Amino acid sequence: MSAHICGDYKTSYKEDMVLFQTTFSKFWIIAFIVALYALPPLMGNYVLYVGNLICIAVIGALGLNILTGFTGQISLGHGAFIGIGAYASAYLTMKMGFPFIVALPCSGVVTALFGMIFGIPSLRLKGLYLAIATLAAQFIIEYLMVHMEFITNGVLGMMVDSPSIFGFSFDTDLKYFYLTVTLAILATMYAKNIVRTRPGRAFIAIRDRYISAEVMGVNLFKYKLMAFGISSFLAGIAGSLWAHYVTIITPEHFTIGVSIEYLAMIIIGGLGHVIGSIYGAIFMVLLPEVLRLISEMLSGHFPMIVNQFAALKEGIFGVIIIGFLVYEPDGLAHRWQMIKAYWKLWPFSY
Amino acid sequence: MDFFLQLLVSGIVVGSIYALVALGFVLIYKATGVINFAQGEFLMVGAYVCLGMVTTLHIPFWIAFFLTMAVTVVLGLIIERVALRPMIGEPIISIIMLTIGLSSVLKCGVQLVWGPNNRVYPQIFSQVPVHIGPVVVSQVYLWSVGFAFLFLLLFTLFFRFSPSGIAMRAVADDQQAALSMGISVKKVFAMAWCIAFLVAGVGGIFLGNINGVNISLGFFGLKVFPAVILGGLDSIPGAILGGLIIGVLEALTGGYLDPVVGGGTAEVAPFVVLVIILMIKPYGFFGTEEIEKV
Repeated sequence: MSAHICGDYKTSYKEDMVLFQTTFSKFWIIAFIVALYALPPLMGNYVLYVGNLICIAVIGALGLNILTGFTGQISLGHGAFIGIGAYASAYLTMKMGFPFIVALPCSGVVTALFGMIFGIPSLRLKGLYLAIATLAAQFIIEYLMVHMEFITNGVLGMMVDSPSIFGFSFDTDLKYFYLTVTLAILATMYAKNIVRTRPGRAFIAIRDRYISAEVMGVNLFKYKLMAFGISSFLAGIAGSLWAHYVTIITPEHFTIGVSIEYLAMIIIGGLGHVIGSIYGAIFMVLLPEVLRLISEMLSGHFPMIVNQFAALKEGIFGVIIIGFLVYEPDGLAHRWQMIKAYWKLWPFSY
Repeated sequence: MDFFLQLLVSGIVVGSIYALVALGFVLIYKATGVINFAQGEFLMVGAYVCLGMVTTLHIPFWIAFFLTMAVTVVLGLIIERVALRPMIGEPIISIIMLTIGLSSVLKCGVQLVWGPNNRVYPQIFSQVPVHIGPVVVSQVYLWSVGFAFLFLLLFTLFFRFSPSGIAMRAVADDQQAALSMGISVKKVFAMAWCIAFLVAGVGGIFLGNINGVNISLGFFGLKVFPAVILGGLDSIPGAILGGLIIGVLEALTGGYLDPVVGGGTAEVAPFVVLVIILMIKPYGFFGTEEIEKV
């Protein structure tokens, strides 16, 4: 008599580590990716614009989640690192004449180098102190963006062209979406893979108890720097994509507010869950858009709402963060698992 | 030389307000272990509440001053009860984000009530400058420094001698031991937030009188980080000293370096100092060194 296997039943580590836990999830993930490529031509420009922003945010949030969610190193300077990527890409393509396909990885590498420099203090500093050190990095980089005019043009900002790869120009929202979505999928796969290999396990060990990690033979310095490097590499890619999408960048685009937004993404999505970065990015990009739609709908009845929009947006942002931290500290990823678990055995859940 | 002294004086004035804000910051950290990113917004709220009382309700300044103190205490209580109490025992990043969320909410509230524009206090202090030796000082500066030091002195005495202050120090030292001695840790937490809000609010009122009031006052709170790191995160004398040093440093770099390299150095210099301190002496002048044992 063969027993029916149900629930979380695994007999080897290898089984525990496969990317797709069930054929069911494999099917739906592939279907989702096919839909991502098949549906965009049917969408309007506005939807594609939001889609582009989401994909870029996903890449950035994955980077921050690897650093903060998996390795436990709090960074308040992610916005500045995205800025470095954007400026590096702009400088390489516009002033040095590099093709986009070279500039994109290069800007990632440049940002990774900066990230590792600012990551060096992380060996001595922990928790709060590291958060404050990265806050200082944020302000110092912002200052450099404004004042290193020979590279960045200062407050005037830089114009950037739409990118083209081998003569194919990504000059519409639709074409650009294919670029960003491809890179977002690659970044997700990369993140998913890195957390199930030795570096990923080392990151999690450092987060959970760094002394034990060191005792078990994890080289703290190496892996912390690695986390900073990977995180800022992804930030650089996100920055480069963003620069080429909006085509003009100024230091105002990379303030502490952006860093906070990315932190909010990974907290709302779920710290230490790859999928959480995606939920969080979608949530945080859609939030202002939805608020704007609501305020436009209400503006007929309450004209004052338009004037107060900026303030309201900020307030709602704050309330949502506080609400998530108090009521759902594990984020949307955890909530989603709870929903799945609920339906798995429904209606006989006990 | 006159230029130097002038910068020094304005540095001390701003520095004394930094010291006030840093005092509240250190107090919260010491008693509750929370890093408060909303400290600057506390200052902003204090400035706006007092301004609202003076301009809209036409309450005389000194009465408004004390009423504002009462309002800030109540706000501190509410914030502690609603937002911070559920977070006890949560990881650092959650608490940091919570205070950041709090700062957004406070900013939103202030903008909804008072609008986004720059506001100025009506003239309260006489504009006749005072000559101290070669240095010319406006009266509002003297009042600010005077009050800042008065408050710093009051709270130093409070922590040293009053039973509540001693209870707060006990909680900061060891929560379990304090609990077993019959100290209500919850009350101490609430008190820490009230005092922090109060001193920041007072700082805000004087800063508002000097510079005018706008939404970017909240940024002031971030500049307190260099001050507290310099002095040591959990040291009250350190906060005072650190605040003064950072204020003077800002004024001097602003005065001497800005013409050379273009503006903005005053904003960034404290953070450069911060990084250097973190590299060589992470626990600042008087901070307690955390020694971790396996």
